[in-house]
Parts: sequence; structure tokens; C-alpha cells
Amino acid sequence: MFNPSLSHEQKALRELARQFAQNEIVPIAAEADRSGEYPWELVEKAHAIGLINVTVPDEYGGGGLGHFEDCLVVEEIAAGCAGIASSFVTSSLGLTPLNIAATPEQMERFMKPLCAEPALAAFCLTEPGAGSDAASIRTIARRDGDFYILNGTKRFITNAGQASLYTVAATLDPTLRHRGFVVLLVPADAAGISLGKEEDKMGQRAASTREVVFEDVRVPVESRLGGEGAGFHLVMETLDKLRAEVAAMAVGVARAAMEAAVKYAKEREQFGQPIASFQGIQFKLADMAIKIEASRLLVWQAAWMADEDLRNGYESAIAKCFAADSAMQITTDAVQIFGGYGYIKEYPVEKYMRDAKLLQIYEGTSEIQRLVISRWLLK
Amino acid sequence: MNIVICVKQVPDTETKIKVKDGQVDHTETKYVVNPYDEYALEEGLRIKERLEEGKLTLMTIGPERAKDALKSGLAVGADEAIHLVDEAFEGSDPYSTALILSKALEKIDYDIVCCGKQGVDEDHAQVGIILAELLDVPHVSVVTKLEIAEDRKSIVAHREVEGGHEVVEATLPAIITAQKGLNEPRYASIKGIMAVKKKVIPEWNAEEIGVDKDMAGLGAAKMKFTEVTLPPERVGGNVFDDDPVQDAVKVAHLLRDEAKVL
Amino acid sequence: MSNNVLVVAEAQDGALKKIGFELIGEGKRIADKMGGLVEAVVLGHDVADILGPLGHHGAEKVYVADDPVLANYTAEGYGSVLARLIKETEPTLVLIGATTQGKDLAPRLAARLAVGLASDCTGFEVQDGEFYITRPIYAGKAIATVTQATRPYMATVRPNIFAPPEPDTSHDAAVENIPADIGDIRANVVDMMKEAGERIELTEARIIVSGGRGLKAPENFTLIEELAEVLGAAVGASRAAVDAGWKEHSYQVGQTGKVVTPTLYIACGISGAIQHLAGMKTSKYIVAVNKDPDAPIFKVADYGIVGDLFKVVPVLIEEFKKMKAEG
Repeated sequence: MFNPSLSHEQKALRELARQFAQNEIVPIAAEADRSGEYPWELVEKAHAIGLINVTVPDEYGGGGLGHFEDCLVVEEIAAGCAGIASSFVTSSLGLTPLNIAATPEQMERFMKPLCAEPALAAFCLTEPGAGSDAASIRTIARRDGDFYILNGTKRFITNAGQASLYTVAATLDPTLRHRGFVVLLVPADAAGISLGKEEDKMGQRAASTREVVFEDVRVPVESRLGGEGAGFHLVMETLDKLRAEVAAMAVGVARAAMEAAVKYAKEREQFGQPIASFQGIQFKLADMAIKIEASRLLVWQAAWMADEDLRNGYESAIAKCFAADSAMQITTDAVQIFGGYGYIKEYPVEKYMRDAKLLQIYEGTSEIQRLVISRWLLK
Repeated sequence: MNIVICVKQVPDTETKIKVKDGQVDHTETKYVVNPYDEYALEEGLRIKERLEEGKLTLMTIGPERAKDALKSGLAVGADEAIHLVDEAFEGSDPYSTALILSKALEKIDYDIVCCGKQGVDEDHAQVGIILAELLDVPHVSVVTKLEIAEDRKSIVAHREVEGGHEVVEATLPAIITAQKGLNEPRYASIKGIMAVKKKVIPEWNAEEIGVDKDMAGLGAAKMKFTEVTLPPERVGGNVFDDDPVQDAVKVAHLLRDEAKVL
Repeated sequence: MSNNVLVVAEAQDGALKKIGFELIGEGKRIADKMGGLVEAVVLGHDVADILGPLGHHGAEKVYVADDPVLANYTAEGYGSVLARLIKETEPTLVLIGATTQGKDLAPRLAARLAVGLASDCTGFEVQDGEFYITRPIYAGKAIATVTQATRPYMATVRPNIFAPPEPDTSHDAAVENIPADIGDIRANVVDMMKEAGERIELTEARIIVSGGRGLKAPENFTLIEELAEVLGAAVGASRAAVDAGWKEHSYQVGQTGKVVTPTLYIACGISGAIQHLAGMKTSKYIVAVNKDPDAPIFKVADYGIVGDLFKVVPVLIEEFKKMKAEG
């Protein structure tokens, strides 16, 4: 039965996230973007009301809700600031492998303490030489008795430096490619971890993005998630499950940009009338709305499938690709509508445009998404 | 300690007000909880927390959608909610509204009733105070700070008055009306929102609380609206954008010579 | 029932508040139409010497309840005395100033008499013995006209709407003492904390100078205070300034602050969001200073200056000082 309406609780939850974003995030977003400093107090506030760890099971201190509810929250957070949303979604990325493959003992040891207080996780997959070609990672996990010795460098890791836990994708043997994958849970205070400098990014600057270097880090075998060699599948399933949330971020940024453009178009007068009365502007706004509504429904579909435990690789790739590409177009058009004012930092739209670009790149580039989609079609 | 909070919905303050046929047109209105009622609710929660005991009950009068106001109050931590709903209540003026509330309150135990100082729709600022008179208890209005005495038999409340602050002591049971600045209302939590699903909200109608036809509704109103109009649009005058210093001198003189206000 | 109008005249710190005279003026206009008289009532302690101006402004009679138990206002106490007076004298209309005291007293009094009450009213029309009372609703976004089914009519009236009549010192009111039976008082003022220094009350001020987010920092409010001082004005603040902690809530003008009706409102560094406009757009004249030419405040300003307020306000201060010296 198809029913795209929200229950009372879903509406209330979304409204809560919206108020939080408007009251707590929006007032500090521009400054966080400028300074690049991570606003940790937001994690504390979000944790207190349950806006992070939404999909972690209730018995381990999470919200016990689905990816659908998480997407409602993420869209609102992203409309406040995509950098903050990215940080929260990345934390989910670090925790979702536990949701999927952790033993009860691992959930007690890692998940429970992490959810009990304001804390973040990070997901370490990308390396200097391994981006889209994720299977080519060279971070080695060498078995030594009851431990793995971890050596390697991860690049562009969001939440590096804030996270209490690193969920690391490593390989037992690079020549095995995906068959050698192993996923390890590494506490941030483990000996041998060092962090690179903060990347000076184009956008989503409130989030911390740094290199993480593992030098002979000893990881107990009990901290391995799932079996040896099963790691690649676990990583892919994690990315599949969270892809709707990433797409939801795109919807949030795009919506914020559209709303700002609508407001501006009504106020700005040229040639004796508000520019909102010109068809050229009206067509641009309509196209924004069309893409946002379509993106959101694709997000909801992908999220619903994730909650039903249905394989959603195809649907989530479409959602992410369409929403991210749309967000880029929409935020660019928003800057255009603002004209000169859109180009200066005093107005919020240039930030939305800079923030949107990364959505087409991380969590699987738009090109990779297209490959995934075409593979489904050509099976 | 039994704490009762009276809440109601009002149109979202961002809404542009539309008038049709001499009445406010609510066909596209989005409703929110009256902001002053949120201060009242938050104060109720804080009283409960400070005393480490107590029961917090919400009460509202309104159609089906008024349950949303109760649900959002339950989501921040109220214990129970009562929905006073009956066609006979519709169109009640402040006196009748207070009368309905007083009848409902007679059915439960209360030590303190917190209301918002006014509804931001019709801005009467009367219901809380009328309620106190009908229940024959003291009231303190526009409260900016509230303390319950150790013996739980009286309260000390601060209120803003012209030129300063007043500190008022009142015996319990009492009614207070909440002013902005009393507290910072808290967010609900996801857990709180989901927990509301399991709560049962009883509905009480006119008969159950002993409200007769001549006590409530449009017919019983002591004060009636005959017409609503929009105020004349204020038209802007002169905006000077040349040189700040010269413009300032110009305006100063215009105020004296043209507007003649100095 | 008589055709008289009863004005509840409020006293504060040993003086009658201006609103009392405003109501006597409007009350007389209404009473004349009804063929009745305007009367006033004062409650308090040691108030005998301040009653003269009520007659000078037009009251025919002044009822006085002068007693130590009435030294401090209580809703129950004042309500009891007034309820008794109203039942005995049966005025057709009771007018109370919409001051903090008036807004606290009137609903309790109305409930005791089981009559309707119109709050914060701005206009009165008499037609065929019925009153049609106008009052703002939705923070002034709409205007309502109301009537009442009960008698006496009762209304609290917004300050600064009606001009007080010119006083005629040859006109004296008859004074009648009434009993101060206050009954049980269960809510009492136990302390009063006055604001440090003389502060003109916003809701009663003729000129207001307000500051907003454009001031950038709390210490810059001194600019606003200086300008206010030169003009003999009250100081106000926008919600942004209050939320930022630069000024207390009692300074806030706007929907969730105070609604003001001065003759002149000068807004500095205030964008003019709807919530703020709701509190001041019925000012007679509005001057706006803002460096953003698109600020909504310019749509309602009679005189707008687009410019940096740190440049503009000092010049205004200088210019007003000059004009003051000229006389």
C-alpha cells in the first residue's frame, strides 16, 4: 500500500528537527563555515533531544527508529547547515556497521557507551589512492595472535578529531582486493593514531575533515566486525543503508536555497517590480520545486526500503545521484537569482552552493551512482 | 503537587491575516501552541523538577486539532492531558472560556494552574484572571519568576510593572499567567514524541462537566465581535540615501518643521 | 442604570497617571452623547491632595477610597471596592487604563460583576445606545469591533491613544468618600524593586528611540541612550537586542514585548521584522536608520535614512542639541 503521508509522530519529529536547525544551527552556521571550527555544543544539544543516533536500537541508547525517520531529521539539519548534517550522517556511517554485524558483546562494549553521552563516530574507508576504487585500499591489518596490527593512511575522514570511535575498513592482503576486507572498531584514543591537518575545504566547512594515520595500532580480534573477508560486503551494505540520508542532505540544502531565493525574489525590485513577477525567475523557482519534490520522494522510497530490509542499491543510487545533482543545480540557480548579492558572504546562498558540490562527490560520486544504476539495468 | 496547564492553539504568528466577510479567514491557517502557554507549560515542568514530585496535567478547549497542542505538551513531559471538546464550546468569549475551564477544574485536584498571559490571536489577556475569580482563588498575572514555598502552601512570584518589578506572595491554590522571560521552553525529544503514541487523551464534553447551553458558545458571549477589518496600510514616506551626514541633518529639520513633533 | 461613564484613575508614587486624564476626556465625549456625566474613582492611601486635576480635566465627581489597606494595589482588594461602587452607581460604561495594573484588575472585576470586558481598546462609537468598541487583534494585524451583551460595558484602554483635554482649573469635581471594604486578600505585594534611575515607561512615552541588531554590541546602546536623552525620549529595543542579552525584556518593543503608540518612533539598526512592526507601527511618525536599503522598516518609515547608524546617530544628536539651543 503506497502512502506518502506522515504519521503524527513523524510530523512532530520533523518539526522538532526543524526548530533545532532554525534556532541552534542557523545562527552559528555562517561563523562555523568561516572559521571551520567544529561547534561541539551542537552535538551535546542534539544528543540531549535524540537527533543523533536515531537508527541505533533503543536498548543501546539510540532512538530505535528507522532510516525514514532519520531522513526526516537529516533534511531539516541540512537545511540549517550541510556541514553539520554531514557530521551527523557520517557518525551514523560509523555506527551502522555495528547495527548490521556487531555481536551483542560488541554492542555493549562500543555502541552503548557511545550513545550514552554526546559522542561521534567516524568511518574510515577512503585513502589517498583509493576513492571510487574502494576495493584498492592499502591499509593493512596484519594478524598477530589475538590482535590485528593496523598500518595505513585514511584521507578525507569526516569527524576525525571529534570522533570517539573509528570504524576502519582495512585489508588483510591488498592483492585480494574486496575479498581481503576486514572492518575493525578502533577507539580514538588507541596508541598509534595520529591526525593530519584540517583540510581547507570549499564547503561543508563546519565539519572536520582530516587525514587519519594508523601506525602499528593494535586492535583486538574481538573488535573485528563480521568475518575476515566479509568486510567489503559489510561496507557496501552500510553505504547502501545510509545513502538515503546522504540524499536527504541534498534535499535539505536545496530546499534552504530555494526558500531563500523565493523570499529574495519577492522583495527585490528591479524595473519597477519584484523580480518574482518575471517569468524567467518564476521558471527557475518552479524547476527548483520540481526537483526538490522528486528528490524527496526518491529519498523516502530508498529509506523505506532500507527499513524493510529490501535491497535498495538501485533505488538509493538513483535518489543520491538525482538529489545531489539537483542540489547543485538549485543552489547555483539560487545564487543567480540573488545576482550580485548571491556572490557575497553576507547572504547565505553562496554557502549553499559550495556545500552542495561535495554531495556530488562523496558517498559515491554521481558517476559511480550512474555505473551502479546502469549495472542494474544491464543485468 | 497537582499542576494544571491551560493551553490553546493559535494561528502561526508568521501567517498573514486574511479577512473575509468581516471575519478572520482561517481556511489556510497553520496552528501552533500559543507561545505564552509554552512558558506556562515549561514553568510547570520546572516546578515538578524542583519539587521532585507532582503531576502535570494539560487542559485545552478546541476542536479535534487541539489534540496536537496536548500531544506536543505530553512530548515535553506532561503526565496527562484532557481535551475539552464540544460544539457547544465553539465561539465562546473569554468569560465562557474561563467558565468551561473552571467546571473542568472542579473535577480534578489542582494546587496551581498556569496559563499564558494572553492568546496571541485575540489578545484579550483575560481568561487566566477570570478563571481565578470564578474558582475564588488568588491570581498573579504576567509572572516573570516563580517560586513555590517550602511548605507548598504559597508561592512567591515576580512580575514586571511600569518602572520596575513587583514581588507578590499568594496562597495556594492559585492561578498564574506567564509572561515572556519566565523561562526558556525546552525542546521535546524524539523519545518524548514517540512515547505520546501510547498516551490516552480523554475527551470531556459539556454535559460531563456541567456546562449548560446558556453558559458557553456564541449565544452566551458577553462580549461579541461585530466586525473585523484590516488596518489601513501604512505608506512609507521619504527614504534618503545620499550622504548619511546630510540626510541626518535633513531629517532632523523635517521632524521639527514638517512633522512638527519636536 | 445611569448614562454615566466611570473612569478608574490610577495613581502611582503619589501622582495620578496621565492615562486617567486621557480617559476622562474620551469618557466625557461619550457621556455627552449618552446624556450622562463622566465620573472618576481613585483608590489608594493619602490621595486627597492629588484629586484636583481630575475635576480640571472634566470629571463631574470623584469617588475616593482612601485607606492604608489600599496603599498597595491588590486585584482582590481594589476589585471588591470597585465592584461595590459599580453596583451602587450603575454606570453605563467603565473605563480602565490598560496599564499593568489595569490589565490585572479589569478581568477580575468584570468576572466579579459577570460582565464582558473589551481589552486594550483604541476607539469608541456610540450608536442607538450601544457601544461599538474597536480593539486590535493578532498583534494589530487586524482590527476588531466589539459590543457587549451585559451592563455596564467595561473596557481597558490603550494609553496614548486619546489626547487628554486642556485642563480648566476653574472646574472642580465633587468628592465623595467610599468605604474601603476589601475582603480577604490572598495575593499581596511584599516587595517593589524600582528600576535604577528615572526611566520613561515605553507604553506611555511620547518619543521612543529604539536600537536593534545593527548596534552590533551592547555597549553601543549608549548612542541610543544619548539620542533619547536629547529628545526626552524613552529607550526601546528590538527582540534581537533583547534575545542577545543587550537589554532586558522590559525594553522590548514588538509582538512579544510592548506595544507602543508614541508620537515619534526612531528605529536605529532595526530591520523591521513583522514581529517588531506589530509593536510600533501605529506610531504617529516613524524614523528609520539602517544601512540596508531593502530593510522592511523603510516601508513604514515616514522618514528613512539609509546609512551607517554610527555615522547618522551622532549627527542627529548634534543637530537636535543645536535645535534645542536655538529654542
